[in-house]
Amino acid sequence: MSSVAAPLPRTAARRASVPWFGGVAAIAAFLGLWEVLPRAGVVDRTWLVPFSEVMSAWWDLLTTGVLADHIRASMQRALAGFAIAVAISIPLGLLIGWYASVARTLNPLLEIFRNTAPLALLPVFVLILGIGETSKVAMVVYGCSWPILLNTVTAVREVDPLLVRSARSMGLGSVELFRKVVLPASVPTIFTGIRLAGQAAMLVLIAAEMVGANAGLGFLINSSQYNFAIPEMYAGIVTIAALGVAVNYALLFLERRFSRWRPSRPGMDT
Amino acid sequence: MTAKLSLEGVGKDFGGFTALDAIDLHVSAGEFLVLVGPSGCGKTTLLDLVGGLTRPTRGRLLLDGAPITGPGLDRGVVFQQYALFPWRTALGNVEFGLEAKRVPRRERRERAREFLALVDLTGFADRYPHELSGGMRQRVAIARSLAYDPEVLLMDEPFAALDAQTRETLQAELRRIWEQTGKTIVFITHGIEEAVFLGQRVAVMSARPGTIRTIVEVGLEARGADEDVRSREDFVEHRHRLWELLHQRREREAVLV
Repeated sequence: MSSVAAPLPRTAARRASVPWFGGVAAIAAFLGLWEVLPRAGVVDRTWLVPFSEVMSAWWDLLTTGVLADHIRASMQRALAGFAIAVAISIPLGLLIGWYASVARTLNPLLEIFRNTAPLALLPVFVLILGIGETSKVAMVVYGCSWPILLNTVTAVREVDPLLVRSARSMGLGSVELFRKVVLPASVPTIFTGIRLAGQAAMLVLIAAEMVGANAGLGFLINSSQYNFAIPEMYAGIVTIAALGVAVNYALLFLERRFSRWRPSRPGMDT
Repeated sequence: MTAKLSLEGVGKDFGGFTALDAIDLHVSAGEFLVLVGPSGCGKTTLLDLVGGLTRPTRGRLLLDGAPITGPGLDRGVVFQQYALFPWRTALGNVEFGLEAKRVPRRERRERAREFLALVDLTGFADRYPHELSGGMRQRVAIARSLAYDPEVLLMDEPFAALDAQTRETLQAELRRIWEQTGKTIVFITHGIEEAVFLGQRVAVMSARPGTIRTIVEVGLEARGADEDVRSREDFVEHRHRLWELLHQRREREAVLV
C-alpha cells in the first residue's frame, strides 16, 4: 500500500522539552530570597525565619522522630478519607451518569455542594461527630467526594455516542456495553477527579487538624505558632508543601498511566 | 437466486415525518450494492434499520429469510467517523467484535492479525487510533467489521471524511477485499463516481420521503489490476446516467419548493 506513511512519531516523543534547570533555578531563587531577606533585615526575622534555620529545625524534628509521628497521623487520616471517598463516589457517579434523567435532576444540587467550601462545614462536622478521628476523616471524605463524583458523572455522560452505537451494532447488551465501552472511556476523566481529590484531601485535613487534634501536621503548625516555635512552624509548612507535591505527582503519574491512549494535550502537566 | 438481504415495503416515520417509504430492495449473496442519494434522503436511517438499531414503522427486513429483530454480529457496520475505541490498539479494536462473538483468546488474536494484514496494516497492530492517519483508522474499522465474519457488511459513507487520494486508494482496496472475501456489501454514499466505481448495482434514492427511485446495473467487472477504470467509456456513461437521475429529481424538487 503506497499511501501508508512511515509510522507516526509517538506522542511522548513530541512533547516539548522544557529545560529542567529553569525550574530548579526558580525554586533556588525563591529559597535564596527566603534566606537573605530576613538576614539582611528587610523583613523581621522573628516572623520570617531564614530558610537554613527552618531546615535545621526540620532536621531536629526528623531525627527525634516527632515529624514522622505527625506525618503518619496526617497521612493515615488523608488516606482513609481518600479511599472511602473513592470507594463511594466512583460507583455512585457511574450510576448517576448512566441514567441521564437522574444526572439532569441531581446535577444542580451536586454543583451547589461542590462549590460550598468544605471548610465552611467544618463546625458542623465537629458538632455532629466531635473532635475525634471520625470528624477529621469524615471531612476528608466530604472534601474528596465532590470532585470524584462530578468528574465521574461527566465522564459517563460524555462518552462518544458513536462508540456506543458502534458497540450496540455488534450486539452488545447493557452490561457489556458498560464494562467494555463506558467504563474505559471514562477512566481518564475520573482520574482527573481523583487527582483533584488528592489536593482537596490535603487542604481539608490540615484545616481540620488545626481546629482540634493532638497530632498531625496541621496540629504541628498550629501548636508551634501558639508556642512561638516559629522555625518548627515553618518546618511543618515545608513538609506539607513537599507532601502535597509528592501526592500530586504520584496521582499525575497514575493518571498518565491510565490515559496513555489519549493524545497528549497541552496543559496536562499541572 | 435467493436474496441474502430483503427489504419489503419498508417505511420509517419519526413522529409525523416520513423518513423512508415503500423501500423494496433485494441484495443477493456476495453482491456489492451501492445506495446513492442526496443528503436527507434517509440513507443512514435505512442503514440503521438493516443494522437493527431501529425498527421499521412499516414493512419487514429479512436476512437469509429471517426477520431482523435487533443488532447482531451477522451484520457489520462501518461508520464514516471510524468509531474506533481510542483506548484499544488497532489489534484490540479488531478483536472487539470477536470478543462479543466469544471467540477464544488465542484464536481471536490470530484472526485479528490476519484481518489487519488483509487491510495492509500488519506493522501497526500496537498503534492506538490517535497514532494512525484517517485512512488507516478506516482500514482498522473495516478489518474489525470483517473479522467477526458478518453475513452482510454495511458501510455508511465510510470514505467521505478522507482526502481524495486516500479515498481512491481505499475504494480500490475495498474492491479487492470484496473480490477476495466474497462478502455481501451494502455501501452508502453521496458520491456518484464512488457508486459507479464500487457497485455492481447502484440504487438511486430520492428524498421526502426517502425511497428508491431506480436501480442501475453497473457491473464494471472486467477490470485489470492497474486499469484506470474511471476513464473508461462505460464508466463515464454510467456516471453521467446517475448524475442525470439525481439531477432530474433535484429540478423536480425545486419546482415543488
